[in-house]
Amino acid sequence: MQKDNGAEGTGVKSKVKFKSVVYLETDLCKGCGFCVEFCPTHVLELGKEFNAKGYHTPRAVAIEKCSGCNLCGLYCPDFAIFCRKVKVG
Amino acid sequence: MSTIAFGSGPEESLEEVENPVNKLLRKERMPSIWCPGCGVGTTVNCFVRALEESHLDLDNVAVVSGIGCTGRVAGYIRLDSFHTTHGRPIPFATGLKLGNPDLKVVVYTGDGDLMAIGGNHFIHAARRNIDITVICVNNLTYGMTGGQVGPTTPRSAIAATAPYGAYEEPFNLPAVAESAGAVYVARWTVYHVRQLATAFKEALAKRGFSFVEVIAPCPTLYQRRNRLGDGLDALKYYKAKSIVKNGADTRTAEISFQSDIVVGKFVDRERPTVLDSMNKRLAESIGAGYVPYPLSEDDTMERPRMEEEDCGDH
Amino acid sequence: MEQADPKGVLTGVHFLDGDHACCEGALAAGCRFVAGYPITPSTEVVERIAARIPQVGGIFIQMEDEIASSIAILGAAWAGKKSMTVTSGPGFSLMMEHVGLAVMTETPCVFINVQRGGPSTGLPTLPGQADMMQARWGSHGDYEIIALAPNSPQECFDLTVKAFNLSEQWRVPVFVMMDECVGHMTERVMIPSAEEISVYPRRFTTKKPGEYLPYAGGEDGVPEMVRAGDGYRIHVTGLTHDERGYPAMNAKAQEKLISRLVGKIRKNESSIRCIEEDQIDGADIAIISYGITSRVALHAVEMARDRGIKVGTLRLLVCWPFPESRIRELAPRVKAFVVPEMNYGQMVREVERNAAGRTKTILVPHAGGTVHDPKVILDAIMEAVR
Repeated sequence: MQKDNGAEGTGVKSKVKFKSVVYLETDLCKGCGFCVEFCPTHVLELGKEFNAKGYHTPRAVAIEKCSGCNLCGLYCPDFAIFCRKVKVG
Repeated sequence: MSTIAFGSGPEESLEEVENPVNKLLRKERMPSIWCPGCGVGTTVNCFVRALEESHLDLDNVAVVSGIGCTGRVAGYIRLDSFHTTHGRPIPFATGLKLGNPDLKVVVYTGDGDLMAIGGNHFIHAARRNIDITVICVNNLTYGMTGGQVGPTTPRSAIAATAPYGAYEEPFNLPAVAESAGAVYVARWTVYHVRQLATAFKEALAKRGFSFVEVIAPCPTLYQRRNRLGDGLDALKYYKAKSIVKNGADTRTAEISFQSDIVVGKFVDRERPTVLDSMNKRLAESIGAGYVPYPLSEDDTMERPRMEEEDCGDH
Repeated sequence: MEQADPKGVLTGVHFLDGDHACCEGALAAGCRFVAGYPITPSTEVVERIAARIPQVGGIFIQMEDEIASSIAILGAAWAGKKSMTVTSGPGFSLMMEHVGLAVMTETPCVFINVQRGGPSTGLPTLPGQADMMQARWGSHGDYEIIALAPNSPQECFDLTVKAFNLSEQWRVPVFVMMDECVGHMTERVMIPSAEEISVYPRRFTTKKPGEYLPYAGGEDGVPEMVRAGDGYRIHVTGLTHDERGYPAMNAKAQEKLISRLVGKIRKNESSIRCIEEDQIDGADIAIISYGITSRVALHAVEMARDRGIKVGTLRLLVCWPFPESRIRELAPRVKAFVVPEMNYGQMVREVERNAAGRTKTILVPHAGGTVHDPKVILDAIMEAVR
């Protein structure tokens, strides 16, 4: 998997740039906090916003730190959140 | 669609974005009935990952569950799935597997379903070494019915039917599985998502009765009644107090109230399956008149028939 | 209907007891999975199965108890096999939860009950007919099943074949209510050639995955079936469910499902019915009986006819669904129904209910342990005509 997201210089010039995107199906989230806690780079925080069921849902406060590892997706008991790398441009 | 994206650009259409796990889920039935912070859903992610990495023909994978919160897994996974009676997914799975040995049969069960009402079936299936995988989500309680004491509830824990605290010695599931004859025995917690996915993958690939116990939180009942916080607090406890001991003696793996949790792969051995033994015995006794019971393609083509003398000590 | 698989048909004239004949009936019908647990007086069925089924490419497993046996057969059915379990009273009681699961999931399967004296441990080696109501009502909730009562080893063969056929046609568990007497009685059993035995094939759908709805009833109320591994990704649950098979726990779904499950049998009772009548027209007294008692009753009937009494007989081969409309038809035409049965009054209740007071219904009970003394049945007939 392409680890260099193009944003940090490693001395290697990659032709294709990637960024990470975190997706959240807000209606499925139950605000359990697993994703927030176990994201290795602390991308997420539970926000003030809440869904129709009243659960506070997470948001990415440091998306540039997301490595696309999808541990959030692996932990999410409600299959609500996941992330992936997408090509830039 | 309620999907939002963080870090996305305007070029991306959110309508087409799909959680990769969705193709193995009945997403139309969600949100699930599981509570916030319940561990069962997390195990399903690990299971889906294991299935994908195993390169099994998913049409041939069948999930059989019992009754309880974990039992609801069968209804949410997009495979041939059977939601049977309390305590009895294992004998159903036995009939399913023997009826069509080409199927990969996985039992998804909880601690009470497996070891209280289902205990007898568990030990016999392990004894026979029927080629199925049993995943037991152990949340130390009967969640669905309101958090009653169960055969794995640690002593002193408060439960709905043990309001002064549980006092019976709980079962140590890996030890029971090993002594009954299981060929693969592992335990992880829902904190250990990567190791759990690997354990599921190994268990699926393992020929014979494989057993994976997953320690998971029941936030609404067990956690709350025992003032242990919520599901996230439970995962932090698992992270802090789990001790990885691959190959450990399962008799040392008992769990008491908020104790250390021994995790790892404990048993990985070989034994003839019930069909191996049956076909061998019948062929010897009946001779030419015997119509061999069809073994799965997998069994006859890839792996050598297990000779009883070769299976070693266990 | 299809022709039976010759591999399972032991064509010829045999001298077999009912238990052994039952085994052969199952194999002839295409049964290739049996799960059971030893219990007198049914054990010989599975003993013979254990010896015979490997010879025909099937599998027998002695499970750890009857609860496991009764659900293992459901698993095997969903793997595509015709499957059966065998038991007697105490095991029958243990199996009841899974009778309900079979009904709810519409799983074709056969349960053999070689009835013995009860209740509880009762008389393990002696006959009874006291599980008849249990066959109908033993599990919780509203449901319908089919039950047959053979009265000879030959019928143990024939009606076991029929049981498999009925279970495939209607997707319900079907019970063969033998008793220790027919089970352990040895008589001539003629097993025809495979070409002469009709079997009802499993009603597999021809629809593709995506088009197929697992629990959408056809014209006769019966959904088409699939099996695990064929790519349909079905969900089968004991919870009240909708046509997709998904849990739907509300009153509307309950009404829809239960009315269809029950309607499958009730609306088709006349085509499932199987009764045998003799000299019913013009009879003053009609004997309603089933199983071994029907043969004992014949002796009483002969003695009564010798005394000039117009006695007709109606034998139930299919006991459930009960032939209600036939009883209702006959009630105004006879002076009495006489119902001998090896229990303290079970099928007699159905007779009485359907007679609806238009004629007398006289039970000739027997607690079990032996068959009736025919004289006692004769006395009841004589009393009825007075």
